[in-house]
Amino acid sequence: MATLELKQITKRFDDTDVIKGIDLEVNDREFVVFVGPSGCGKSTLMRMIAGLESATSGDILINGERINEVGPAHRGLAMVFQSYALYPHMTVEDNMGFSMRLAKVPKEQRRQKVLEAAKILQLEPLLDRKPKALSGGQRQRVAIGRAIVRNPSIFLFDEPLSNLDAALRVQMRIELARLHEELDATMIYVTHDQIEAMTMADKIVVLHDGVVEQMGSPMELYHHPRNRFVAGFIGSPKMNFLDVSLEEAGPEGVRIRLPSGRDCTVPVDGSELAVDSPLELGIRPEHLQLDDQGPLSGEIQVLERLGGQTSLYVQMGELVVTIMADGDVAHRVHDMVRFGFDPMRAHLFNSEGTALPSLHQHPLAGLTRRDHRQAAEGSNQ
Amino acid sequence: MTIASTKQDRAAPPQSLPKGSPLGSIDTRRLGFTLLGWTVACLIFFPIFWMVITGFKTEAAAIADPSLIFSPTLESYQEVQARSGYARFALNSVAVAFGSTLLALLIAIPCAYSMAFLPTKRTKGTLLWMLSTKMLPPVGVLMPIYLIFRDVGLLDTRTGLIIVYTLMNLPIVVWMLYTFFKDMPRDILEAGRMDGATTFQEVLFLLLPLTLPGIASTGLLSVILSWNEAFWSLNLTSSKAAPLTAYIASFSSPEGLFWAKLSAASTMAIAPILIFGWMTQKQMVRGLTFGAVK
Repeated sequence: MATLELKQITKRFDDTDVIKGIDLEVNDREFVVFVGPSGCGKSTLMRMIAGLESATSGDILINGERINEVGPAHRGLAMVFQSYALYPHMTVEDNMGFSMRLAKVPKEQRRQKVLEAAKILQLEPLLDRKPKALSGGQRQRVAIGRAIVRNPSIFLFDEPLSNLDAALRVQMRIELARLHEELDATMIYVTHDQIEAMTMADKIVVLHDGVVEQMGSPMELYHHPRNRFVAGFIGSPKMNFLDVSLEEAGPEGVRIRLPSGRDCTVPVDGSELAVDSPLELGIRPEHLQLDDQGPLSGEIQVLERLGGQTSLYVQMGELVVTIMADGDVAHRVHDMVRFGFDPMRAHLFNSEGTALPSLHQHPLAGLTRRDHRQAAEGSNQ
Repeated sequence: MTIASTKQDRAAPPQSLPKGSPLGSIDTRRLGFTLLGWTVACLIFFPIFWMVITGFKTEAAAIADPSLIFSPTLESYQEVQARSGYARFALNSVAVAFGSTLLALLIAIPCAYSMAFLPTKRTKGTLLWMLSTKMLPPVGVLMPIYLIFRDVGLLDTRTGLIIVYTLMNLPIVVWMLYTFFKDMPRDILEAGRMDGATTFQEVLFLLLPLTLPGIASTGLLSVILSWNEAFWSLNLTSSKAAPLTAYIASFSSPEGLFWAKLSAASTMAIAPILIFGWMTQKQMVRGLTFGAVK
């Protein structure tokens, strides 16, 4: 059992507010990912949870107990650093057993625990090596092993995969997800890579400029972004944004005029919209479809064929719109194409960049991996 | 990683120049640099070489025309040894040089740690100020220190010399350790803190082992500086605590210029530190280039 709670946490370095009042709850056994662009404060937030940085104000609670003044070692946490931070002068075994050596655990017991962790991570043949003699992926696993050995209530990962090459990153991502299942531990993970966030998280916390822009399950953030920032940050390739004008806000949704002059009704709640307020339409590249009758059109500037999919970059006036289309699209560069979209999949943002609430909840928006797990447990019984 | 990669980096082949470049081929350049290096080394070494040679001459041969051909004799060494106890002075030198180095490191390590890892706005200024104290001619503070030492009974004691040498070397020792510590990745210390290390354990188990080459070369430099120090040892000691520098000095002034004996005494004075430096030169070079090569 381990829960974490942050109450109005702030952090100020000299004259800059890095974290501007964050409230957050992390449930037991949850995999929470802090994601955001560099400089958004995500690492600082994690370091405050770890105790390596003090909070300027606010409370940090673990299992309901305030731990602001408790030292990093006594919070029951373990952290995996971006640089791995292995002790270069110690063998893998000593690296993993260092915390127990400091806690004066007898040698035999120490070895036992290290072996257990090494087994989970397939590190047994490497125990006598020094970090220098390990590959990047192996170092990463040792760093995780060092955390496992401490048997922490919460694991903290600070961009652990950013030093690995692309292939290894995918492999470690899967391994981390498996580890989360196996250890059944609460994990907090910091990354700037939204794919890592989407693939691993139970709950994503999107940070920007020291505030939480939105938190929720990956599918909730994808289908119901609260604002333009989250909409643009989550999802790859990025969402397209088009300036549109308001025609009429009714109970069915908001009728807008597209740049091409055609009208379209998006099923969102526009009851609070002022007349003539500027709007922005957001559509994900994968939700744009090539369609000869479609309301939008443009000239293809660049075409990227990935085999299964094709990315089209279409010039539409001053704007370049990205379309993810089928791999078998026969178009060529400089072709004119028409395309459209399902209004159910579209998002509307007001002049402040806030999303107008959708009238329909996406069926998967409430789904988390925890639901998966509970369902699996239920069917096993 | 820095420690390990130093050697490999240096072994990397020099970048090749385009053919027909005005600087000539790499081989010619390398030969030129090698010759220059040897010439400079020989020039620097010559006085020491000549001193050693002179020590094995008779007093008459020493003042005669300089010549490399002579019959070597241990006469000067015997006379020098007979006249005064070399061992006593040497022991003083060892005690004072190593004692002050140890004391300086004990003070400087925590100091450099806090400056490197918990810097404040004033850290840079403090470092510069510390270095600036080295720019004052020591004679400027000779009187006050002499009087203080006389009043507290530290004149002609090893303790007194150790204190003076420690204070003398402290700025350099702190400065060097600071640069070595700064190169240490913070993450490793933080990982240690997460693992439950106290600040003391952090320093003992992580910082010291990982910056050992740097600490060793700092220590060696401090030993050498203390060993060679003459101004304070001549002024603050007379017989009991006098180190080897005072021993050499005793040959030059009262007896006029006895070149052979003076050379023999000097050779004996520098021999221990020369051998010590030779044995540890690998450590020295490694430490002094530590961090410089990434």
